[in-house]
Amino acid sequence: MAGSIQVRGLTKSFGSFRAVDDVTFEAAEGTITALLGPSGSGKSTVLRMIAGLEQPDAGSVWVAGEELTEASVQDRRLGFVFQHYALFRHMTVRKNVAFGLSVRRVDKGTQRERVDELLELVGLAPFGDRYPDQLSGGQRQRVALARALAPRPQVLLLDEPFGALDARVRQELRAWLDHLHRELGVTSLFVTHDQEEALELANEIVVMNHGRVEQVGPADAIYNQPATPFVAAFVGASNVLRGTVWERHVHFGHSIVAGAHEIPDGAEAIAYIRPHDIEITGEAGSTSFPVAVERRTDMGWMSKLHLRLEDGQPLVAQLPNEEIVGVEAGQRLFANLRNPKVFAADRADDESATVPGAIVAPAETETQTEAQV
Amino acid sequence: MSTISTSARADRRKARLWRALMLSVALLYVAVLLLAPLGGIIYYALKEGLGEVGHTFRQSDVRHAFYLTAIIMVVTVIVTTFFGIIVALVLARDRFVGKRLVSALVDLPLAVSPVIVGLMAVLLFGRGGWFEPFFAARGIQVIFALPSMILVTIFISIPFVIREVVPVLQELGMEEEQAAWTLGASRLQTFRRVTLPNIRWGLLYGIALSAARSIGEVGAVLIVSGSLQGQTETATLYILRAFDQYQEQQAYIVALTLASFSIVMLIGIETLKRRASREAG
Repeated sequence: MAGSIQVRGLTKSFGSFRAVDDVTFEAAEGTITALLGPSGSGKSTVLRMIAGLEQPDAGSVWVAGEELTEASVQDRRLGFVFQHYALFRHMTVRKNVAFGLSVRRVDKGTQRERVDELLELVGLAPFGDRYPDQLSGGQRQRVALARALAPRPQVLLLDEPFGALDARVRQELRAWLDHLHRELGVTSLFVTHDQEEALELANEIVVMNHGRVEQVGPADAIYNQPATPFVAAFVGASNVLRGTVWERHVHFGHSIVAGAHEIPDGAEAIAYIRPHDIEITGEAGSTSFPVAVERRTDMGWMSKLHLRLEDGQPLVAQLPNEEIVGVEAGQRLFANLRNPKVFAADRADDESATVPGAIVAPAETETQTEAQV
Repeated sequence: MSTISTSARADRRKARLWRALMLSVALLYVAVLLLAPLGGIIYYALKEGLGEVGHTFRQSDVRHAFYLTAIIMVVTVIVTTFFGIIVALVLARDRFVGKRLVSALVDLPLAVSPVIVGLMAVLLFGRGGWFEPFFAARGIQVIFALPSMILVTIFISIPFVIREVVPVLQELGMEEEQAAWTLGASRLQTFRRVTLPNIRWGLLYGIALSAARSIGEVGAVLIVSGSLQGQTETATLYILRAFDQYQEQQAYIVALTLASFSIVMLIGIETLKRRASREAG
């Protein structure tokens, strides 16, 4: 049992602050979709409006082809998992999971079977008689998931489901949720500020910023063909290089990258380049430019190279150690910058997506630090 | 080396001394202010033996006084609990203009002397009062009768349930309730199965304080009731009269009964609470 989720023109203001601005997207039946964005981008408000916990000022919500905009929270029959679990602290795990069944007056025998089945599914069968405060964070979140799934909802909404957990547990739960979704196939929509989480789990990603949708697409499109400077900067680590456009190329000093197709000559442009899209060679080639190696940080299987272009702009490359044998600080080598994502500079400045440092994923995500540039 | 350990030992001794001092001050304070009067009442009430106790309880005016006190307490507890929960939910959950004012008003009964509360009631319901014609026309006696006694007692007991429940609700937040809604629970089901169990200890405490306060009220009730023996005389008013008429023995016995009831109630709640928290781990 699953249904698609459709959101059309959803808008919501809190006082004079427009939290959600004309948001439209669709989550196809049986898929996992991520709502990805920095904090304050309106993603949680969108989720809460789908659940009926907030009322939109405009727009509509559809689940399985049925409009739910005016329906009460109770009548929507959607599963909702809260960031801080929101387990009923005075009830045992079993009672928590059974809650959605018992308020709908499902008979006791069926309740017991369904609870057993779900506790088995989330791997908490021996913990049925415990209270929430006797469980770890990861276990609590799994109880919350079992509780949301118990009434067989058409769709599952998860609000920062791993946000309150430490990095290791988060990794585990992520893999486990992926597995669970394959097994159950329930349409899932989750909110996250962690791009890695979104890229790994989701079939489709909806990137949000300042209450608006920046881009909707599968992980590889979001990563490799960002539609806006914000997406280029927010999803995945990038170097930010500023230059001037001549004949569809961005020039910084003697270095050139292609890709400035729609930017007029003489205009400023920003090129976003992934640290792993930089190739280091010993000799100049038609597409490679001189760089100075300032520092090498060996991280085991790969290294971070801190480089500087001739015009003084810094650049960080991340390369497997086998590809850069003998490269050391102080050397002058050549770099080939592949797959640049180029945007007009004024546009990128507007989205404040050009600040070095803002180029990497939000600092809250510990798993990102290794990819930090 | 030896000097260090000597000074460390001296520090430890000083810390121990401080602890002992604090402990004795606390115990002394509690003993002098709480236990001594209680012990005095117990001693004087039982001085003449249990026969005197039985005799006191057989007096019809004593029985009537307890009966009145019980009625006032039950009605007060029901009203302050019901409306207290509603006011607490509104104060903890809603935002509206004037919320601070309402929150301050709730505490008013604690700040105003009960005697003044009694006077206000007389002004409203007594001869020439605003509401007097309305009730007089319907043949309802308010002043010098049970209705006004209940009314002033409710007024004085308003803050307790609210003050105990609001912080619990605030600490609880809304997420559990919202989770219940998403699971299909109606507002009433959510209140009964999620909110109420979470606030029950605060609520019970509020109810106990409310009950204790309504049992003990003298000033306001004295003014509105007229304190007619065997008619509008509550247990506390009986104690006052018994003292005036040199029936100190009976006064002590009734006082001890009231005090015991309140103490047993508070200990009962404390015990329940401890047992419940042990069960919950």
